[in-house]
Formats: sequence, structure tokens, C-alpha cells
Amino acid sequence: MTLLQFDDVSVNYASSEGAVPAVRGVCLSLDAGQTLGIAGESGCGKTTLASTVLRLLPPSAEVRGAVLVNGADVLTMNWGELRAVRWSQAAIVFQGALHALNPVQRIGDQIAEPIRLHEQVSRKQVDARVAELLNQVGLPATRAKAYPHQLAGGQRQRVMIAMALACKPDLIIADEPTTALDVMVQAQVLDLLSGLVKDLGMGMMLISHDLGVLGTTCDRIAVMYAGQIIESGPALEIFDNPKHPYTRALAAAFPRIGDPSARYAPAGLPGDPPFPDDLPSGCAFHPRCPIAVAACIESAPALIEVAPGRMAACFRVEP
Amino acid sequence: MILAARGLSVTFNGGVRAVDGVDLDLPAGEILALVGESGCGKTTLARTLLGLEKPSSGSVSFDGQPLSYSSKALKHFRSQVQMVQQDPLGALNPRHTVYDAVAEGLRVQKVRGDEAALVADALARAGLRPPERFFLRYPQELSGGQRQRVVIAGALVLNPRVLIADEPVSSLDASVRGEILSLLLSLRNELGLTVLVVTHDLGLAWNISDRVSVMYLGRIVETGPTAEVLTNPQHPYTKALLSVVPDISRTQPTVLAGEPPDSARIPKGCRFHPRCPVVMDECQTTSLPILQPTIGHVAACLRHSPSDQR
Repeated sequence: MTLLQFDDVSVNYASSEGAVPAVRGVCLSLDAGQTLGIAGESGCGKTTLASTVLRLLPPSAEVRGAVLVNGADVLTMNWGELRAVRWSQAAIVFQGALHALNPVQRIGDQIAEPIRLHEQVSRKQVDARVAELLNQVGLPATRAKAYPHQLAGGQRQRVMIAMALACKPDLIIADEPTTALDVMVQAQVLDLLSGLVKDLGMGMMLISHDLGVLGTTCDRIAVMYAGQIIESGPALEIFDNPKHPYTRALAAAFPRIGDPSARYAPAGLPGDPPFPDDLPSGCAFHPRCPIAVAACIESAPALIEVAPGRMAACFRVEP
Repeated sequence: MILAARGLSVTFNGGVRAVDGVDLDLPAGEILALVGESGCGKTTLARTLLGLEKPSSGSVSFDGQPLSYSSKALKHFRSQVQMVQQDPLGALNPRHTVYDAVAEGLRVQKVRGDEAALVADALARAGLRPPERFFLRYPQELSGGQRQRVVIAGALVLNPRVLIADEPVSSLDASVRGEILSLLLSLRNELGLTVLVVTHDLGLAWNISDRVSVMYLGRIVETGPTAEVLTNPQHPYTKALLSVVPDISRTQPTVLAGEPPDSARIPKGCRFHPRCPVVMDECQTTSLPILQPTIGHVAACLRHSPSDQR
């Protein structure tokens, strides 16, 4: 069975000037043991999309479509069913571990909290489970007594991952898990996450703005722009041979070291990503697109298959 | 040399040796990337070169003259050497308009002349055109890229000769990053500015820098022309850093264990030896001399024999 499926998911935020579309008609799926990468810039809707899985959005957000976790739609669940999904079926690792952890509570107690909430277990069993989780994320069990400020950035991120693993979820959602970390620590955390997916047979949805991170970690990648998926396909192919002009710009933003064409030639796009409340007409990317034509201003291209297993939403990409 | 450091050390309370013996040359018109993990001392080194920290030993010189730390001399120095901070949202006062943010340097330095014209000129050079449209905007009304341009305009307004940029694109979106890097490159090419970029991003160094200096625990461990250091690294630390840049074509990455080390406890011998994948016995006891500035490619490693140095 498909572990996670987004079925035509749209999210509108209510504002004084009407509905603001943050996510627009996303269809995606993820199987157990696989890693799905979501690429995109701030404001493109990737965190909003991830938040729909556990229904973490504020009441002002109107979600349409269906989000199936192990075949059950979380959008229509009652409170009890939803509570069972949170942690025990799907868990989120948020970005910015320093702000997500409670500064005045020992990390062992923070990791134990979901276990105590979701399972009937003795104090001793909880302690054993916490020690096991810390080991799993590469921290000595004695660190359970530490407070967050006593840990380095990468160690805190490991604690966040241990918390997410606490109730043995089938699905883990990692939202920019390495953004605030150094390259070396980023490599450690990505290694850890990939190892966990492999060893525990979980599914992972990994969100990042760095196509390089996703290309090396994921099986498939979906690229979002202005709330829509504009390209998707196998990770290595997307990284190696992006089809959509936006994906090409994202790939070029982080140059390959040793590539002579990137020397003294940083690649970027003019302008800024659009605000969801002020989307351009037609294809939302057309004002920044280097190859836009008249048709792009008038109508939005559909996400269609452009090569086996490859989808792109662009008039200029030949199937 | 427009800016140089000799035997520079900066020690903080409790014996934290943030910068621990650095020789550095910054020739006019060069873009130098200073790279390393957080905690390696690169920001402290940059702040010391700006005169914001006083070295505990060694010296900084500007145009061949040692830096004097009297407030009058520093004020003149700072009109020549300007800083571009990371995180433009944090660097800009939310209650100051763009005009005030950029004009602040002129007011502090009591520059005479047409303030509005100077501000407009700086904004235009930073790529905010037409500049008058931005005068009365507040930082929160701007996009991330525009905010970073305002911060750069604030540095340019005094016509400095050196810009020191601390992670100028780390808080920006991927697609905006290239435009800001192009701006730094064109400021060098068109105005002849000298730029020191402090970053942990080797791709940035590859994109715009002429030379790279790699810093580890308060020392520069490898320095040389960017193309050589990044394609033929000599120091095992530089090799490890390069190997973890996400790139599918690369072979097995060398992921060093542990966090960036603590500059309050610098190991004896080679300071990298506890994490070094190719450590030898003598690395634990033999300390290495400070790397001398050179136009060639050098590394502070016992395995890198001096005969390789050019």
C-alpha cells in the first residue's frame, strides 16, 4: 500500500483580502522504504504541504483534496484517529532545532514525552527506550541528562530525530533538517537519516531548498514553485538533467566545484519568488523565466509526462 | 597589500583562542574567500581585520600602515573598510527606512555633500533601481534579496576600498543567491573593490573568489588560488570539506566524526590530528608553523612536503 499520498491537495489561507493560495493542486505519493524530496524556495508552499499530513495548519487554512497516510485520509479523521497518526504513524523533524526544543527540560524527558503520551509503559521501560533512541541517532545514552544548550547544533538535530523516531513511525517528514548546520554536520545528519530509512524501512519526505542535498539523498524529487509541482522524477535524473527552466536555475545556483563554466559566473534568476497573494498570470514562473513565450503569460501549463517517469509543467519542454 | 595580518591572535575570556596565529595578505582588487566550519574563527578574524576586535598579539595593517586603535583612527579606517553582515533582516533596523539605513554611514562619518544623491547612487550601484522608489520603504516590505542589496548599499555609500562580507548569501533563496554574488563580482570588476568573503559555502568560493584560505581552529591550514585549492586540495581537512559538498558525481564522502572542535581546547601537535583520516604518529607531537602568505598554493600538513610548495 502507498504510505503517503497527496491527492489534488490545495491549501488556502484566509486573509483580509480573500483566500491566499499556498498550495495548488498537488498530487504526490511515497512508498515505504523510499525517500521523496521536495525542493523549492521560501514561500513556495513546501512546509504548508508537509503540515497537511499531520493537520498542523492553523484553523484559518482551508485544505482541499485528500492526504492519505496508510490509505486513510487524515483530513477527514476525527480527533482520536488523528492523534493515533501523529507520532505513531507519521512524525515531523522541524528545522531550527534550537527553537523547537524546550530549553529548560532535559533532552531525555523531551524524547520520552511522546512515548508516555502514546504508550502505556513503565518508567524503566521509557528510560531504556530513550537510551536506545539516543544510540540510534549516534548519541551516548548519558546525554539524556543534558539540556539543549549543552549540545552542539548537530547533536540537537539528532535529538529532534530521536524524538520523531520515539513511537516508531512509518513515515518521517524532515523539513529542512540541515539548513542551519555546517557542511560536515549536514553530511552526518543526512547519513543518519538515510541509514534510518534503510534500516527501519520507513518512508521519508525530505524538504530542502538545496537540490544537491536532495539529489544525493532521495529516490524521487518534486520541485515546487508558487504552490505547484512544476517538475518531478527520479532524483538523479532531475539533478543531472533538469527539464524545467526553474529547476535548471535551482541546480545551477549551487555550482559543481570543478565546473569551469561556473567560475566567475554565479547563476541566478532575476526578481524574487512571487507572493502567494499576488501570483502572476499564466505560468507563475513566467516573469523570471529566461525562455518564456507569449503563451506562458496567458495560460498555465499542465504537469505532463515529458520522458518516462519524468513530469514537467512547461510549454517549452518537449515531451 | 591593502589589508594584511601578521601573527594575529585573538583570545577571549577563559582562554578561548578564536584566532590563533594567522598571517594573511589581501591584495587590492582581489576576492578572497575565507572558508571553514562554524567556530573555526573565521568571523572573529574578519571582525579583527575590521578593527572591531583588538588582537591579543600580532597586528593588522591597512595600506602598509599598522592599524591604530584610537577612536579617531578607527573611524577613518572604517570609512575605507566596510562590513556586509549576514542575515539582512537582523542587520537592518525595522523602524528605519531604506534611506536612513543607507545614509547612516554618511551621518556617522559627517560626510558633506548632497546626502540624497549619495544614497541614490549607492542604492543604484547595489542594483536597486530606480533608487528613489526605495527611499521610504521599510525592510519588512522588501524581499530577502532586496534587503541584502540595501545592506550592501549601506556599505558602498562611503566609497570604501574593501568590503568584508560575512556569509552574504546564506540566508537568501537559491534563485536569488546568484544575483547577489554577481553584484559582488561586478563591484570588484567595475569599481576595483577588494572583497573578503567569509563563508562555509565552497560553491560560493568557486563562483566568485580568486583565492581561498581554509581555516581550522583559529589557523589558516591551506591557502592558494581557488581553482587549485578546490580541485587539487592538499590538506586532509580541505579534502574532507570538499568531499561532503552534495554532488552525485563525487566518490565516497569523507564524513568527519564529531562537531567542529572547541577553540578553548586546541589539541597539541597538528590541531587537526584528532579528526584526521590520515593521521601519523608525529602529527600528535609536531606543531606546524604558521602558513606564510604566498601567491602559490600551500598547506599546513606534515604529509604535504614543502617540495610540493610553489
